[in-house]
Amino acid sequence: MSSELRYTANTQLEHLHARYTGTGHADLTKYEWITHQHRDSLASIMGHPPLLSYLAIADGEAMGRVRFEMTERMLQPCGPPPRKDDD
Amino acid sequence: MHLYNLTLQPPTAVTQAVVGNFSGARTQEIIISHGTRLELLRPDVQTGKLSTVITTDVFGSIRSLAAFRLTGSTKDYAILGSDSGRIVILDYDPKTTSFVKLHQETFGKSGARRIVPGQYLATDPKGRSVMIAAVEKAKLVYILNRDAASNLTISSPLEAHKNNAIIHNVVGLDVGFENPLFAALEVDYSESDQDPTGEAFNAADKMLTYYELDLGLNHVVRKWSEPTDPRANLLVQVPGGQVASSDRFDGPSGVLVCCEDHIIYRHMDRPQHRVPIPRRKHPLEDPSRGIIIVAAVMHKMKGAFFFLLQSEDGDLFKVTIDHEEDEVKALKIKYFDTVPVASNLCILKSGFLFVAAEFGNHHLYQFQKLGDDDEEPEFSSTSYPALGMANPTAPLLHAHFRPRALENLALADELESLDPIMDSKVMNVLPNSDTPQIFAACGRGSRSTFRMLRHGLDVEESVSSELPGIPNAVWTTKQRESDEFDSYIILSFVNGTLVLSIGETIEEVQDTGFLSSAPTLAVQQIGADALLQVHPHGIRHVLADRRVNEWRVPDRRTIVAATTNKRQVVVALSSAELVYFELDLDGQLNEYQDRKAMGSTVLALSVAEVPEGRQRTPYLAVGCEDQTVRIISLDPESTLETISLQALTAPPSSICITDMLDASINKAQPTMFVNIGLQNGVLLRTVLDPINGQLTDTRTRFLGTRPIKLLRVQIQQSPAILALSSRSWLNYTHQNLMHFTPLIFENLDYAWSFSAELSPEGFIGITGSMLRIFQIPKLGMKLKQDAIPLSCTPRKFISHPTNRFLYLIEGDHRVLSEDAINRQLAQLRQAGKSVDEEMLQLPSEVFGRVKALAGTWASAIRIIDPVEAKTVGIVHLDNNEAAFCLAVVPFAARGGELHLVVGTASDTLLAPRSCTSGFLRTYTFTQDGTGLELLHKTELDDVPLAMIAFQGRLVAGVGKALRVYEMGTKKLLRKVENKTFSSPIVTLNTQGSRILVGDMQDSIFYAVYKAPENRLLIFADDMQPRWTVAATMIDYCTVAASDRFGNIFVNRLDQKVSDQVDDDPTGAGILHEKGQLMGAPHKTKMLCHFHIGDLVTSIHKVSLVAGGREVLLYTGIHGTIGVLVPFVSKEDVDFISTLEQHMRTEQISLVGRDHLAWRGYYAPVKAVVDGDLCETYARLPASKQSSIAGELDRTVGEVLKKLEQLRITASGF
Repeated sequence: MSSELRYTANTQLEHLHARYTGTGHADLTKYEWITHQHRDSLASIMGHPPLLSYLAIADGEAMGRVRFEMTERMLQPCGPPPRKDDD
Repeated sequence: MHLYNLTLQPPTAVTQAVVGNFSGARTQEIIISHGTRLELLRPDVQTGKLSTVITTDVFGSIRSLAAFRLTGSTKDYAILGSDSGRIVILDYDPKTTSFVKLHQETFGKSGARRIVPGQYLATDPKGRSVMIAAVEKAKLVYILNRDAASNLTISSPLEAHKNNAIIHNVVGLDVGFENPLFAALEVDYSESDQDPTGEAFNAADKMLTYYELDLGLNHVVRKWSEPTDPRANLLVQVPGGQVASSDRFDGPSGVLVCCEDHIIYRHMDRPQHRVPIPRRKHPLEDPSRGIIIVAAVMHKMKGAFFFLLQSEDGDLFKVTIDHEEDEVKALKIKYFDTVPVASNLCILKSGFLFVAAEFGNHHLYQFQKLGDDDEEPEFSSTSYPALGMANPTAPLLHAHFRPRALENLALADELESLDPIMDSKVMNVLPNSDTPQIFAACGRGSRSTFRMLRHGLDVEESVSSELPGIPNAVWTTKQRESDEFDSYIILSFVNGTLVLSIGETIEEVQDTGFLSSAPTLAVQQIGADALLQVHPHGIRHVLADRRVNEWRVPDRRTIVAATTNKRQVVVALSSAELVYFELDLDGQLNEYQDRKAMGSTVLALSVAEVPEGRQRTPYLAVGCEDQTVRIISLDPESTLETISLQALTAPPSSICITDMLDASINKAQPTMFVNIGLQNGVLLRTVLDPINGQLTDTRTRFLGTRPIKLLRVQIQQSPAILALSSRSWLNYTHQNLMHFTPLIFENLDYAWSFSAELSPEGFIGITGSMLRIFQIPKLGMKLKQDAIPLSCTPRKFISHPTNRFLYLIEGDHRVLSEDAINRQLAQLRQAGKSVDEEMLQLPSEVFGRVKALAGTWASAIRIIDPVEAKTVGIVHLDNNEAAFCLAVVPFAARGGELHLVVGTASDTLLAPRSCTSGFLRTYTFTQDGTGLELLHKTELDDVPLAMIAFQGRLVAGVGKALRVYEMGTKKLLRKVENKTFSSPIVTLNTQGSRILVGDMQDSIFYAVYKAPENRLLIFADDMQPRWTVAATMIDYCTVAASDRFGNIFVNRLDQKVSDQVDDDPTGAGILHEKGQLMGAPHKTKMLCHFHIGDLVTSIHKVSLVAGGREVLLYTGIHGTIGVLVPFVSKEDVDFISTLEQHMRTEQISLVGRDHLAWRGYYAPVKAVVDGDLCETYARLPASKQSSIAGELDRTVGEVLKKLEQLRITASGF
């Protein structure tokens, strides 16, 4: 971290995290990280038409259905979060 | 290695389609997106045919497309959402026939990302604003307006973001002229991310949220948010707002929320209406399976509107809303028709429905009726308690309908589409063909086809009749200049001439004034109403009243060549003299006083047509036996003076001067081309400078083995050239650019244009003693397709080394196999349930097959005869098995007898990948390869995805294991195995004892089989992880492969490593070498890398032209066919790469994507030049062209010639 950022960065970091969903931080848990990964991948597949076709053909479903199920899966792609130990 | 990427067939899949008046005229047009290309289609209302107006590559990925119109305007604009992080507004300019980028506003990073808008677009129906949204969180609203000069303006974006919200759909509401409203379907995940019990996840509501753009405050507010059905997936705009003149409402406004199994009408503070989506009553249908709407379209007519919604089975439903003013009384749904499942539906005001199919051919239907008064049951929300909302969480009672053949729609046109190409081969199987054909297994489900693609124009023959002798030439002619159609056909034989008249029938006529006792050299309609015949002994000028003026050749000489146009005649005598005639103002043919001695026998002559409003054309081209072509002046000032000369490599056989439009040379007016056909089958095309008569810019092309004949014909009211050699070619202008394409037709000996009432732009030709009349229906289509229907999605196919048959495996997931259907039906019958036979008889290619649970498969092995284009045998797989790979193996243990081995698995589930058992089915070929006999089945522990013959044995990738199998009596015997792969093996290639293994996630591994120790060892791998799809070996050390993200790359192993591995007899060296980077001891080097933009499904190393260089041909899932051509010299690389650099700065992408970033989407472009970008050089304005050419130290002609040469020598296209 460059010197001028050292003092301002922390105050801005929170703002940046709010702005750029999916950005990691030092205290990121494994669950958060993998959930972000999955959401990013699902969004990317929907955003690339050839990839969506590829998956639709493999699964034998209509493209609209595959897109819908993927958007649905973005809600919780990796199951519920793990229980916190301290409580 | 340096490669040049060239697309031969652009993608044919349609991902988006919108309708609008883009040219501002009264006719509606459709803009379709092919993923990386935009195309403007114009339907012909009379004929119901679609024609392409323009198509452009955008060098980016189009994700969403919408049309809008400013209030009071008559012209629609298109808005593009793409992966460029920018919103782009396009205007179609009919004057220049091009898309013009009006606005381009940057809002985020490039790439298809989760929170960068571009996935969804919604416009206000009054054209006042647009919302562009991402899959999560981000929504931006732009205000559209016009300035004082009535130019379109766009505001800075207003944010309507909502954190932690996944967006399912966005739509603009119709609220008339109140503040614009947008509706979004959102789910918030913040609570379910925090709740370990999973309750929050189950309770997560799907919210229908209204965003209001306050035009006064310039601000977006969340106006209303209410939970709706948790399985809602799509929103459809409902008309609303008041008509300005009266207080009448256009509609109730609000949205249709399409959910699984239901449609809900919803609007702020209004009662909801809910109807079920009707379903087919198939006896084997699983009643618990949900049905969703995948495509929807709303159509407004005068005072009424309706919706067409399409379910995932392809059934269209007509939805209507009964309303009183803005109050909804009932929501009604009924079955309409069944069409292919669409990615987008478009309704045109002229009564057409365009169905952009998600896979396979696209269709244009004409509405026959709107299904208003038919027998079809209609389901209304009023017939359910509380308008269907009595218990919103519980499903309504199922509604059923019977699918039937089209009743409300009639097919008007079909756009051929290769999408998706699952596998391909390039082979030459046709007799008498010197170029290979591309065989592609296309399509999905029951609409799949196996297609043979040939380079050339499709020809439609209308008449073919036998003649008494073998003519050597044929002409047609009108009687008067003003005639619309031809009246005579003139056939020249060795010793005479036959004249036929064209009328109700075609019959011989005598009294035409033509000499019938001698052969004919030329026929011309001359002057206003006279005819001209040139025969070896003279010229007959037949006047309108049948009087004949004859010019006779001096004694002991004959005419050997002649050329004519409407006012001029030039003949060459056997004494090597030229005689020139010109028509005077009285209609008399006058001989010029001098004759020109050429000094060498004249072989060919040509003059151009007389330009409009002129007396004569000033140039004559003369081809002589001394291998020269001279341009001779016909100008009165310098008549018969030689102006310029061109030396040839062989004697000319035919010359044709034509004025043709080629926008790459001159955009404003036609260019005068001198086409010279040589006796060795080479065609030269040079440009004749109209000012000084000099010949410049010579291009050559090999057409065939016979001497060339060149004939001037008419195509689309503009001149074209038919070139006949051992193949027939057509040189024509299409969409302002010159094309040179072979005809897929029998060899022609002579041909001429033929214009009659039934075929206004036909051709007449002779082959031997056959007279043929034909048309070319689809100009611009460079690939002719012949299709064989398949029953399921094709997976892979393979050719046999000795016979001509192809063996194809096909299979579909979630489909019951025939024997499972019969078993289930028998059970139903046994249980005494009635079975609806009619539903079972529905043709599956129209209605698809009944959907079954995941893990159910229907699969078959099909034997195809590619020459006869038919299926000769089919083997259905039982036991819920699906075939995934196949190989023809000469098993050494059986004396090299060929066997077909098919890798199958039963009860396969895709995610997570599992099966109850895999199998290797070994078949012997029977009846010369038209039959298969099962020898034995070998059980496996996983799904086999790749196999190949290897040294008289079989190598198979079974799940993550690579195994070598030997033939046994009861089953195949496993000999050796390597289980160090991290993910399933998807491709295999082999040369010698080396095996190249494509791993699903980990790129290409180099393995070797060491026979003495029976070891299968990996010795090299790639440094990058790659999701391999297809791979092919270029040479012993080099591999070209593609990955799932649309990249193509070439990897090479160091020659030293290769030798070292080959020299190690036992493989002990490799075994004990230390691994590098947690992988194999050696790494391959990446030589080339390029992002195609389409998922490449197969790569082949082939030569596409006879005697041409080998190129890499690839096919893409969206129907792309392209080639990668290796450059031969360093100069070429430097030249073309510099041109590409210049083009990158000139040709700005229509979606605003940086070209270098697009081609280097996942990894930087390496050693590949984008030929598609370079070829757009031809479309640049002339000033830009010359400035780039100047930078390159070449002329514009030289640059164009180089580009054309690269294309022709590599592909022949």
